[in-house]
Amino acid sequence: MELSASFFAARFGITERDLEAYLGEALSRGGDYADLYFEYLSTSSIGLDESIVKSATQGVSLGVGVRVLSGERTGYAYSDDLTPEKIRKAARVAAHIAAGPAKTAKMPLYEGPKRNLYPVLTAPTETAFAERVELVKRADRAARAYDPRVFQVSATYADNLRQVMVATSDGVLSFDRQPLTRLNISALARVGDGVPQRGHSGGGGRVGLEFFRGAQAPEQFAINAARQAVTQLDAVDAPAGEMTVVLGPGWPGILLHEAVGHGLEADFNRKGTSAFAGRVGQQVASALCTVVDDGTMRDRRGSLNVDDEGSPTQRNVLIEKGILRGYLQDKLSSRITGLPETGNGRRESYEHIPMPRMTNTFMLAGESDPEDIIRSVTRGLYCSNFGGGQVDITNGNFVFSASESYLIEDGRLTRPVRNATLIGNGPESMKNISMVGNDLKLDEGIGVCGKEGQSVPVGVGIPTVRIEHMTVGGTA
Amino acid sequence: MSPSNGSAGSSGNLLDLASGIIAKALAAGATGAECVISEGEEFSANVRMRELESLKESGSRGAGLRILIGRNTGSAYTSDLSAEGLRRLVESAVELGSITTEDPHAGLPEASELGSIQGDLRLFSGDTAGLSTERKIEMARAAEGAALDADPRIANSEGGSFDTNLGRHVFANSLGFAGEYRTSSCSISVAPVAREGESMERDYWFSLARGADGLERPEDIGRKAAARALRRLGAVKVETQRVPVVFEPRTARSLLDSIFEAVHGESIYRNASFLAGKLGTKIAAEALTVIDDGTLPGLFGTSPFDDEGVPTRRTAIIEKGVLKSYLLNTYTARKLGMKTTGNAARGITGNAGIGHGNLYAEAGDATPERIISSISDGFYVTELMGFGVNIVTGDYSRGATGIWIRGGELAFPVSEVTIAGNLNRMLMQIETVGSDLEFRGSTASPTLMIREMTVSGT
Repeated sequence: MELSASFFAARFGITERDLEAYLGEALSRGGDYADLYFEYLSTSSIGLDESIVKSATQGVSLGVGVRVLSGERTGYAYSDDLTPEKIRKAARVAAHIAAGPAKTAKMPLYEGPKRNLYPVLTAPTETAFAERVELVKRADRAARAYDPRVFQVSATYADNLRQVMVATSDGVLSFDRQPLTRLNISALARVGDGVPQRGHSGGGGRVGLEFFRGAQAPEQFAINAARQAVTQLDAVDAPAGEMTVVLGPGWPGILLHEAVGHGLEADFNRKGTSAFAGRVGQQVASALCTVVDDGTMRDRRGSLNVDDEGSPTQRNVLIEKGILRGYLQDKLSSRITGLPETGNGRRESYEHIPMPRMTNTFMLAGESDPEDIIRSVTRGLYCSNFGGGQVDITNGNFVFSASESYLIEDGRLTRPVRNATLIGNGPESMKNISMVGNDLKLDEGIGVCGKEGQSVPVGVGIPTVRIEHMTVGGTA
Repeated sequence: MSPSNGSAGSSGNLLDLASGIIAKALAAGATGAECVISEGEEFSANVRMRELESLKESGSRGAGLRILIGRNTGSAYTSDLSAEGLRRLVESAVELGSITTEDPHAGLPEASELGSIQGDLRLFSGDTAGLSTERKIEMARAAEGAALDADPRIANSEGGSFDTNLGRHVFANSLGFAGEYRTSSCSISVAPVAREGESMERDYWFSLARGADGLERPEDIGRKAAARALRRLGAVKVETQRVPVVFEPRTARSLLDSIFEAVHGESIYRNASFLAGKLGTKIAAEALTVIDDGTLPGLFGTSPFDDEGVPTRRTAIIEKGVLKSYLLNTYTARKLGMKTTGNAARGITGNAGIGHGNLYAEAGDATPERIISSISDGFYVTELMGFGVNIVTGDYSRGATGIWIRGGELAFPVSEVTIAGNLNRMLMQIETVGSDLEFRGSTASPTLMIREMTVSGT
């Protein structure tokens, strides 16, 4: 795309000359590198509760972030006003991180290689509301029809469309149009006046509304949420102590996100504050484990054509047969360490400084039959769904909360158990993976990752795995 | 970077802007409307290993509009406050009024409920805006330096930072309410990393105030952070067992967060809380009294009015173990046949939800030392991990780090364990409430001791 044909030229009249001037202003005190991140974000959301559509919101936020790197230092400023005076002012503020003679940006700007991982012709945000409203109503009807014990259903549909333009002082200009959509359903079930139980499900991606017309119909997610809530009605107290844990395929891949993903982000590793620092080439997981972060998967929630620094995303092997191969890099870490960029520089919005983040993180399939994995366990816990997780990257400890799990007794799933947190240590738990299934599955597309106050959409995935000696935080 | 004075966009302008948006919404067919405008300026300086690492400084603003057409609502927001941006804001909100369902409980507060607390709530300190960039960097550097100098085992750090935020908050509605207030905050935080042999541990400490004169000394913050990281070194996992658990103030606060979620009007009317339907009944030990007070001058949960234009107030939530009140906005109050408690909270987007003011547990009279000395075997929790609190059932299971109590003393560090129980029982088993209440943000708790929880380890 020529700049002149871009969204920002059409809407705000931004020219290459303007970009040159802004980058020049940013380097006016001699920084080593500068970039501009233009963002125009349109969002909409619809909320249903008690079978009625109670809320609907739409809106726009736009702005530009200016970054200047000087050695290991970062200067950052932004403006929510795209007039030249305001952008130049932000550039001058960001420039203050450096102190030296002015430099100039490389001109003309060249556009990097193009591709489209999310070829959505009409983004959901650009459609009439009727079909989207119908999604939450259908979800509500399906969850209530599933079982008479379901007494509360809430559904939230949300989408956004982000127009992005990144110009760098290296002479690179990138554009992207990033659609994102998701549907979340939560259901409560109870028997008479008994204690209610909840279930939750949802799905989405960088997709158009056609996504919900096939196998990912709102009814499917709704039934899943209702089924979980009803199942929990019979749940027994979770066990306490170390035991063998089997994770089902898909969303339980959050294990990788917490146990290794964050610990492999390059900022923590170049600073030496991660439990994985200095361990490239070493064994950090069992030989059954190959872990990949892949920002190039079609339609996925964690995918990006270019990252938020304008670099193409790629498929990065983090751990290969148990051996640590590399870290997730952004431009700053790459410049400091001399290691190649990996396309993992991400930010929540133009108001935020980019940093290394995951995209879609998953483990490759192994050879075991999932049924055999469960059959191999005499006493343990099978977890098929999780809530959120968290990690302390310095000591490597991580947690995640099992929202749907079952006791394994003599190789069979028996009773559902109540919610419990599982805790482990990243490098140790990964070494304790003793079986990997042949059933790799990716999550349904509703993951959000938080780091230092910034949220970004991500994906995870995992086949069925067996892990020894996980600590299960129940009470029984 | 030159400090700004925080007065960009004079107050009259923003109030007029909000009233103008309301008028446009009514002209476009809305029967009621409310508008929020907020404006903020942020500054952040990060220092790591004594060197400046990053500087960030900027400001932004945005407007949110909620309209009613009869009993249908619609809302919209924008960061584009140009005439064209505002035209679209109104049009977007009104458009959505036709896709929501008529809801008999939707609406603005009663006119008689609107108002604002008079007097100076001390939410804004002029000295915050006047600090030079150099001074701010120096304080971050001093705090991190004190941590690095505290002990040779503090050989690394995630840095020290100095942050300031200046805000202006405007709210207006079609019943004639229009109000605004300014806020300021500054904070210093430090996150040192301690190392000894194979053991590497990070912790942090911070100080938060409306103005720089209210902050603790940077050196004290650094030393405290270092001491916290050092005392975690060599942590072990313990055997699974049931013992008394002591929450230090930093972790005890999270129990108040759970109580907040459980008395949140939306959880109550949806029957999605373990406290739903329990007003007037004993739900906690007599030692526990929990207050929400949005009127305390200078604190971080304080404001003159909530995000529906209703004055904030003091609400006793739990009094000597008895559940006295939920926290409500106008909508949830109508659903429950009650009155709003002045706890409406919203950002720029969406409808008003519910927030708390200064939420705290009243102090008891036991010093933390006395609480610890009363326990022969127990767990002193200094950090919690994960999201394992189920407000619907009260089931509680979280990752924990802390120090084992043996023979009435803090004996050795513990990590990679969980603590579990059920909030119904945990609240009833709060045996002792400490005397060490202090506000460091909008939620505060003294040390709390719970008679028995399951610690899960090996």
